[in-house]
Amino acid sequence: MTIKVIRPGLFSTFQDIGRVGFQHWGVPVNGAMDQDAHALANLLVGNPTTAATLEITLQGPVLCFQAQALIALAGADLGARLDGVALQPGHAVRIKPGAMLRFETREYGARAYLAVAGGYLLTPLMNSASTYSRGGYGGLSGRALQAGDMIPICSSFANPVRLNIPAGWRLGAPTRPASIRVLPGREWADFTETARHDFLHEPYQLTAASDRMGYRLDGAALDLTQPRQLLSESVAFGTVQVPAGGQPIVLMADRQTTGGYPRIAQVASVDLPRLAQLLPGDEIRFSLIDLPTAQALFVARAHALERLEAAH
Amino acid sequence: MSDVDCDFRPVRAEQRWQFEPCGDSCIVVVFATLFSAQANRRAVAFSATLHDLLARGLLGGVTDVIPAMVSVGVHYAPPIIARLYPELLPYDAIAQVLENALTQQHNLARITPKRLEIPVCYEGDYAPDLLDIANACAITPNEVIAAHSGQWVDVLMVGFAPGHPYIGMHEPALKLTRRAVPRTLVTRGSVGLANCQSVIYPTDLPGGWNIVGRTPLSMFSPANQSPCLLSGGDQVRFVPITAREFEQLAGAQR
Repeated sequence: MTIKVIRPGLFSTFQDIGRVGFQHWGVPVNGAMDQDAHALANLLVGNPTTAATLEITLQGPVLCFQAQALIALAGADLGARLDGVALQPGHAVRIKPGAMLRFETREYGARAYLAVAGGYLLTPLMNSASTYSRGGYGGLSGRALQAGDMIPICSSFANPVRLNIPAGWRLGAPTRPASIRVLPGREWADFTETARHDFLHEPYQLTAASDRMGYRLDGAALDLTQPRQLLSESVAFGTVQVPAGGQPIVLMADRQTTGGYPRIAQVASVDLPRLAQLLPGDEIRFSLIDLPTAQALFVARAHALERLEAAH
Repeated sequence: MSDVDCDFRPVRAEQRWQFEPCGDSCIVVVFATLFSAQANRRAVAFSATLHDLLARGLLGGVTDVIPAMVSVGVHYAPPIIARLYPELLPYDAIAQVLENALTQQHNLARITPKRLEIPVCYEGDYAPDLLDIANACAITPNEVIAAHSGQWVDVLMVGFAPGHPYIGMHEPALKLTRRAVPRTLVTRGSVGLANCQSVIYPTDLPGGWNIVGRTPLSMFSPANQSPCLLSGGDQVRFVPITAREFEQLAGAQR
């Protein structure tokens, strides 16, 4: 049973919860940029949240389902139409062999996640099906979809179908500017008072030179009190590093494992999904929270997802 | 600052490490602020201890352990840590777990480093920057090769790209900065030199290191059971080979 790729879209890759446990070899984690939407798409079709979804960026593909399947979209609304009928994110639908899924006008958000009940049949590499396009491995042939690709699926209707998810979990049109909570970074104290003030009070814009590896921002330049030579050290999803020049870069899903630039801040994990849905030109406002708050939010979100999963 | 090895003393009394949060799901154990071979080896040894505990299922909630130059990054899942230690902030709980591992570490047997010879061709197109390196170091190209391949050196860490090792420290004669203008593409297997350290490019990558030679060995094979040729703590020695030997070895790798 397969899905045929008629048109690949701008950049569609298979992703999951990431290639966890191999960073000591320099292997990036990869995985879905918006882990909430990834998890929800899976839950909608009765999959475990660890199953791979198709991460669809801005301009979606045209897919022909050659078998019956149960599918769901979550995350951005990229104007999906199933045989001409609008398919909103957040609903599971059964589809017949021959059905065509295409994407037309984007409504909001940057990344949609397409889950298929039973999952895509991908060969895991280092415990993950996530595509690392720079490294040329994972997912389907280590790259984004191409026209003519045949995606093997394992249609299974053994799991109960969940037809919708609570409204609080659905992504709506994001509020502007995006407000993103951060923790102080490892070198927070090495930045000037002006830099620390500006980072939390001035707007930053997502630039077009942003991708799954990092978000390059444009705004008030951030200076150190004095130049620093740092030794390479672990970085994480959401690390905000500041190379020479003073414009911050937020490290995203395909980030490298270690880095040597001064780190002014670290995005709270719960706000990473919102960051993942921004587009070039979108404005970001950062605000500071403390570690206990960030960890309480993280744990609360995990519990909420677990309750959704258990409610199946 | 003393660089005397003090391992016989009670480790805990010395405050020789520091815990720092890197966001809400990563903690960094810092052994020094400046580079030293000793601090690097401590980071490597501590990482090995943690990987051993992980493999035995004794580090619940820990997802990744990453040795770097003089620190170890430990990524963890706060929801799992919160379940294991409900009375503590997940950060405090993981810091406590690591503190315990550090204080018990001196009971562990010292690990003998894995030693590996890396064939490197220092000729022609394989070594595009050899002359520049020789000029910058004010020695002859043959002296560069002799200095680079003369001794066993440590794999300091693996990072930047899958299987990309940082190797050092070479002798002070090989002290030179990176290229002013980085290359947009450095060929896979190229051995870069700067600041008395070497790197090996596991795939074609952009890079600013001075290319002293190229190895036919594959640094990273994602489909292998053990995908990475080198790990932090290994020791390597570069062995000069001819262009002909390079071709033969490269052919055998394919």
